Amino acid sequence: MRAAVIVFPGSNCDRDLAVALQNAGIQVEMVWHKDTALPKGIDLVGIPGGFSFGDYLRCGAIAANSPICTEVTAHADRGGYVLGVCNGFQVLTETGLLPGALLRNAGLKYICRTVPLIVATTDSVYTRGYTVGQQIGIPIAHHDGNYTASDEVLAQLASEDRIAFRYAENPNGSAADIAGVLSANRRVLGMMPHPERAADEGHGGTDGKAVFTSLANAFAAA
Amino acid sequence: MQDPAITEDLIAAHGINADEYAEILNIMGREPTFTELGIFSAMWNEHCSYKSSKIHLKTLPTTGPQVICGPGENAGVVDIGDGQAVVFKMESHNHPSYIEPYQGAATGVGGILRDVFTMGARPIAAMNALSFGEKDHPKTRQLVHGVVEGIGGYGNCFGVPTVGGEVRFHPAYNGNCLVNAFAAGLADADSIFYSAASGVGRPVVYLGAKTGRDGVGGATMASAEFDDSIEEKRPTVQVGDPFTEKRLMEACLELMQTGAVISIQDMGAAGLTCSAVEMGDKGGLGIRLDLEKVPQREENMTAYEMMLSESQERMLMVLDPAKEAEARAVFDKWDLDFAIVGETIAEDRFLIMHNNVTKADMPLSKLSSSAPEYDRPWVPTEAPAPMEPVSAVDPIEALKTLISSPNYCARNWVYEQYDTMVMADTVEGPGWGAGVIRVHGTDKMLAFTADVTPRYVKANPIEGGKQAVAEAYRNLCAVGAKPLATTDNLNFGNPEKPAIMGQFVGAIQGIGRACETLDMPIVSGNVSLYNETDGQGILPTPTIGAVGLIAAGEEPILGRAREGHMALLIGDTAGHLGQTALLAEVFKREDGDAPAVDLLAERRNGEFIRANRDVIKACTDLSDGGLALAAFEMACASGVGVQIDETDQAMLFGEDQARYLVACNFDQAEALFIAAGQADVPIKSVGRFTGNTVKLGGSEASLEALSEMHENAFAGHFA
Repeated sequence: MRAAVIVFPGSNCDRDLAVALQNAGIQVEMVWHKDTALPKGIDLVGIPGGFSFGDYLRCGAIAANSPICTEVTAHADRGGYVLGVCNGFQVLTETGLLPGALLRNAGLKYICRTVPLIVATTDSVYTRGYTVGQQIGIPIAHHDGNYTASDEVLAQLASEDRIAFRYAENPNGSAADIAGVLSANRRVLGMMPHPERAADEGHGGTDGKAVFTSLANAFAAA
Repeated sequence: MQDPAITEDLIAAHGINADEYAEILNIMGREPTFTELGIFSAMWNEHCSYKSSKIHLKTLPTTGPQVICGPGENAGVVDIGDGQAVVFKMESHNHPSYIEPYQGAATGVGGILRDVFTMGARPIAAMNALSFGEKDHPKTRQLVHGVVEGIGGYGNCFGVPTVGGEVRFHPAYNGNCLVNAFAAGLADADSIFYSAASGVGRPVVYLGAKTGRDGVGGATMASAEFDDSIEEKRPTVQVGDPFTEKRLMEACLELMQTGAVISIQDMGAAGLTCSAVEMGDKGGLGIRLDLEKVPQREENMTAYEMMLSESQERMLMVLDPAKEAEARAVFDKWDLDFAIVGETIAEDRFLIMHNNVTKADMPLSKLSSSAPEYDRPWVPTEAPAPMEPVSAVDPIEALKTLISSPNYCARNWVYEQYDTMVMADTVEGPGWGAGVIRVHGTDKMLAFTADVTPRYVKANPIEGGKQAVAEAYRNLCAVGAKPLATTDNLNFGNPEKPAIMGQFVGAIQGIGRACETLDMPIVSGNVSLYNETDGQGILPTPTIGAVGLIAAGEEPILGRAREGHMALLIGDTAGHLGQTALLAEVFKREDGDAPAVDLLAERRNGEFIRANRDVIKACTDLSDGGLALAAFEMACASGVGVQIDETDQAMLFGEDQARYLVACNFDQAEALFIAAGQADVPIKSVGRFTGNTVKLGGSEASLEALSEMHENAFAGHFA
């Protein structure tokens, strides 16, 4: 399997995401935001955490309009896989690849700590390695992770089983405790928690590792 | 625009006294221009020149086989083996943070990160040591919120994990908070970049963000006491842009790879002036600048303003002209300014031109090397009066008072606002002794800690200075790291008062002795004086930042206590109660002497811990709150109760030094006792980790209830 990790000038989890993918056996290329094409034959695009363009405006708003994001959208439209973590999730909602938006945390403060999540669906290449209802501990680190969407969208996400992860103890005010959502074709995942920060023994927890191994296994099997 | 005339008032407003002005006249052989006066004030203020402290700082130990570069550069450089080096420094941003907490703290973080990547190192860890006034002072809550958000706002966006630090509260900081920011970076030992310019006629290049009017006169502001005109000083505080800093870091590290950089210096205090003079002075060269070429974000800036602006996220470098195109391309990629603003010249001259008009023309070497240096009068601090007797208190009640106090409650409210895990190499974040990170892609780890106990330093500057280093040493040993080197951030009051200068001199003596004996030389640092408001000084606060190494193949000590583990106390306990947390928080007293520090015992006991890491399952050093607080904190972090048999108050809460609390099983304890006997290290069993209560002497409380109290107190006080 081959993945491209997008690098915006303010990305700061790009290396972390690449390392987690590589450790699962996935080949990774870093792609600069000014590039106008993705490397040929890419299966997955990873959009990492960070502060893409400083996020002084709406988080991810400028990144969503960068040259490479046109290509990311085209990749998704072709049925390609896209994983957006934290700022990457914000970028995906700004591009419209995922519904909803991320508002400032309900408590108005930045929060960085490991939080309990409930795996809400295993019907995706990202979550197959878990079991439904499984509680896992994954770090969050964000100021704007308060997921919001219209009632219709929330109902649709629930009825289509597109909520990937829910917070067991909602830290940021997210609607329906949503921590991560899937696209209608289940190939685009956006999540605020950082699975790449709980992916090896040194992290003190490995509950995020299955996101990457699930991905690698899905492609190995295909 | 006409420059103002040089009057006595103008000279005084620049913080230049009569003797210093006479020296300026002597150097110049004429009256200085307005811009020249500004440049002298920027270079000769306390913040930039260290004029009151230099003579004492020279006595500190700064060398050792591990030291690649000691004080004098942007940051210290220490060998960590395998051709790698850790580059680190701590620096204060006290005055600006009190005036404008968010931006003051944010730019403090920005400044220290720049110091590190200027040397060619990618920042990998940050810490911050904060001191605020008492909880109920009207400024405190606002300062706590602003400073913490500012640190988070900058560091989180930049992308460096905050792995440790300190937060304290004391009425002595009501009028002057302290914000001491630490950063460490990783570099190849053979590609460190220095500030000394070389080669005549080489381009001087301006990099990064544009210059504005923010921070004009900031360094001079930071070299004076506060009074009720403080609100007027707000415009002297700079505004930070961490996104630009992140790009500047990436661009600089890329640029360094090209071989284009001859020398480089970040623009911190006194901006363009200080960076240009530094590069010229160290290289024995002159510098000419053409200010109209400086990228500017405001219109009609004068030479004076440009030379004194402290706009952030800027660098100055001397470029290899053959590599200009390559260098420019890197800055284009990152959308940052790259402008040739001058050149190196052979004469000893600092020549500032603006639209072909000479605004300053001065002998460059006189600005830095010949800056004034004072041996200020000082008096040794008097020995404290003998301590009054301490009445007895129920140990659990005393523990509750401690763990719910602003000073000793958990700091999660603070550090959860910092990204503690970005870079995905954090092994131990803030909240438990030293922070530990992996050196990316290796089996090595680095440990970081920041420590000082200002009460001790006030009572006894020498012992207090020693203690700050000793506590840092212990925190590193407790995670199994070998202490490597130290950075000191010396925060004191007005050095023109002999008693304050006496505190400074005493603390330096103590720090020097401890660094010597514990083999952790000072490789960088910063002095912040004039932390006074209306004549009221802060507690003497020499913050010690220290770095330790866990070598490849060595296991760190990161475990927690388990049910059934024994609680072992390493080190001697005499029951020293003077200046303890117990006195301060429970009895509201600050009397008695600071605990004496036996540096040889510190060394022996620290080496013992490191040598026996394989049988030590959990370890913490004993400091404020003594055995009682250490036992509670270990129980709390481990989620298992603890039973301490000791009933004597002084033995439970005394703050004797050179001590550790260790948890391990019975067999491991046996091995430790044997090893301790051989190493002549005092060891005794003081209880057990068991159940779900905390038991001190005859008194007991539920661990869950205590933990909740400990964890929620900070938000209760300040949220």
